[in-house]
Amino acid sequence: MGMTMSQKILAKKAGLASVAAGQLIEANLDMVLANDITAPVAIKEYKKAGLDSIFDKSKVALVMDHFTPNKDIKAAEQCKYVREFACNKEIKNFFDVGEMGIEHALLPEQGLVGAGDLVIGADSHTCTYGALGAFSTGVGSTDMAAGMATGKCWFKVPAAIKFVLIGKPAKYIGGKDIILHIIGLIGVDGALYKSMEFAGDGLAYLSIDDRLTIANMAIEAGAKNGIFPVDKVTLDYLEGRYKGKIEIFEADADAEYDSTYTIDLASLRPTVAFPHLPENTHTIDEVGEIKIHQSVIGSCTNGRISDLRQAAEVLKGKKVAKGVRTIIFPATQEIYLQALKEGLLEIFVKAGAAVSTPTCGPCLGGHMGILAQGERAVATTNRNFVGRMGHTESEVYLASPYVAAASAVLGRLAGPEEVLKGEA
Amino acid sequence: MKVQGKVFKYGSNVDTDVIIPARFLNTTSEKELASHCMVDIDPSFTEKVQAGDIIVAEDNFGCGSSREHAPIAIKASGISCVIASTFARIFYRNAINIGLPIVESPQAAANISAGDSVEVDFETGKITNLSTGASFTGQPFPPFIESIIQAGGLLNKIKNIK
Repeated sequence: MGMTMSQKILAKKAGLASVAAGQLIEANLDMVLANDITAPVAIKEYKKAGLDSIFDKSKVALVMDHFTPNKDIKAAEQCKYVREFACNKEIKNFFDVGEMGIEHALLPEQGLVGAGDLVIGADSHTCTYGALGAFSTGVGSTDMAAGMATGKCWFKVPAAIKFVLIGKPAKYIGGKDIILHIIGLIGVDGALYKSMEFAGDGLAYLSIDDRLTIANMAIEAGAKNGIFPVDKVTLDYLEGRYKGKIEIFEADADAEYDSTYTIDLASLRPTVAFPHLPENTHTIDEVGEIKIHQSVIGSCTNGRISDLRQAAEVLKGKKVAKGVRTIIFPATQEIYLQALKEGLLEIFVKAGAAVSTPTCGPCLGGHMGILAQGERAVATTNRNFVGRMGHTESEVYLASPYVAAASAVLGRLAGPEEVLKGEA
Repeated sequence: MKVQGKVFKYGSNVDTDVIIPARFLNTTSEKELASHCMVDIDPSFTEKVQAGDIIVAEDNFGCGSSREHAPIAIKASGISCVIASTFARIFYRNAINIGLPIVESPQAAANISAGDSVEVDFETGKITNLSTGASFTGQPFPPFIESIIQAGGLLNKIKNIK
């Protein structure tokens, strides 16, 4: 029986000719990641267990992105703990304020992850790198500590669901709409323990940023990983950037999938996930009158340059509505600089939005945009759980940068067409 | 080994943000994390929980963030076992890795209510609802995962190999 793309990578990294769904394997890792929230637990456990070695100082990444620039004394102490460990162990890829970005935007940008890699990270959105043709999955701090010491991790080989994307998406439809539509279709545990493998002629219309957004939210369907085949778009992105050796894996023609969904991208509309689960999706045409108090544009899901360009397309020459705090977070320093050069930051500031240094802050209710009781935000982030961005009686609506920017201008949930009509 | 305790019952998709909200993740102290456990879904949990108590939930328990602080907070609260119809995969790994006992059993999840007294026998996988007399069998762990549990967690297992 054939193997899926995910299974082929796992087999190779485990040194096996083939693997099958359900099999337990131990495999060699190409990159091991943690951040300022998960690394302190990993380092504490690593020390407690008496471990001392690092399997490869260039294959560990520690990114201080969640509660940074430090939000309080305890967060500062946690970063200090990680900083000292990184210095002591000569961890090559330690990213602190000033050079750090949101980890899942930063690692691809810095060329630290690429096609054919096996990556684990102590952050659930580590599944993002599947966009580049890697097998990449989120784990906890203890798995990360073990991976950092030994370069190995155990995996249960996942079964897979295939998503065949066909057709060309309309203007204003991007990766966020596609993944929200899929999560709405299969539910927040629709891909539990499984791979989401993407295929189809519609992939040709998806930029690397669209794919990173889609793979990023595979975890919101419960998936172990999301993965895209490697094509010209991938190779163009990796060329001159990726520091490793590209290895291309393809699913076998007779690979077995638990189920297959065909999604016609041409039929999709801007999509919004209502509180309090990413599966509660509605098209923008169905949302009705929902007043918002805050718009957050950024995160590991939608803080890349194309996301900022989309927000700027809507906000150019406009003002955000009175009473809507609009906060825009370029995901990395490189993206920030690019947005500066392109004049996007000026558009944002003139529109009345606040522009922040990279941080995960508001997405997880850490800092930089916490909601009070009864407040509503539209956000380009990835989770809308109870209390995710602040008070347990606040609400988060997940959407694309186009929708978040349009909603900021109109003060209620709205699509870009409504703001840009007559301008195109 | 057997554990016995009173049940805290929850529904589906209990995410790690409600188990331990991010605003409390600026520490690694187990005791401090436990003092905020379940606060956004069950504000009285920390007052009521007794050592040995058991959490029973429906589908996809522990979904969302990979934060290991979630099983750490539950374990440090004194919870002796979490039973669910299904677990989100990262939570499942984390619980095993830190030595928080978990059992998958859709039947148990459907037939145990809040406040019931429940006994779990980890050797046989038998779950008994002492309040109703009904019993259920949990999914056994594969031998490899059992070996992590026996070693007292993943890092102890690695250390023993080295």
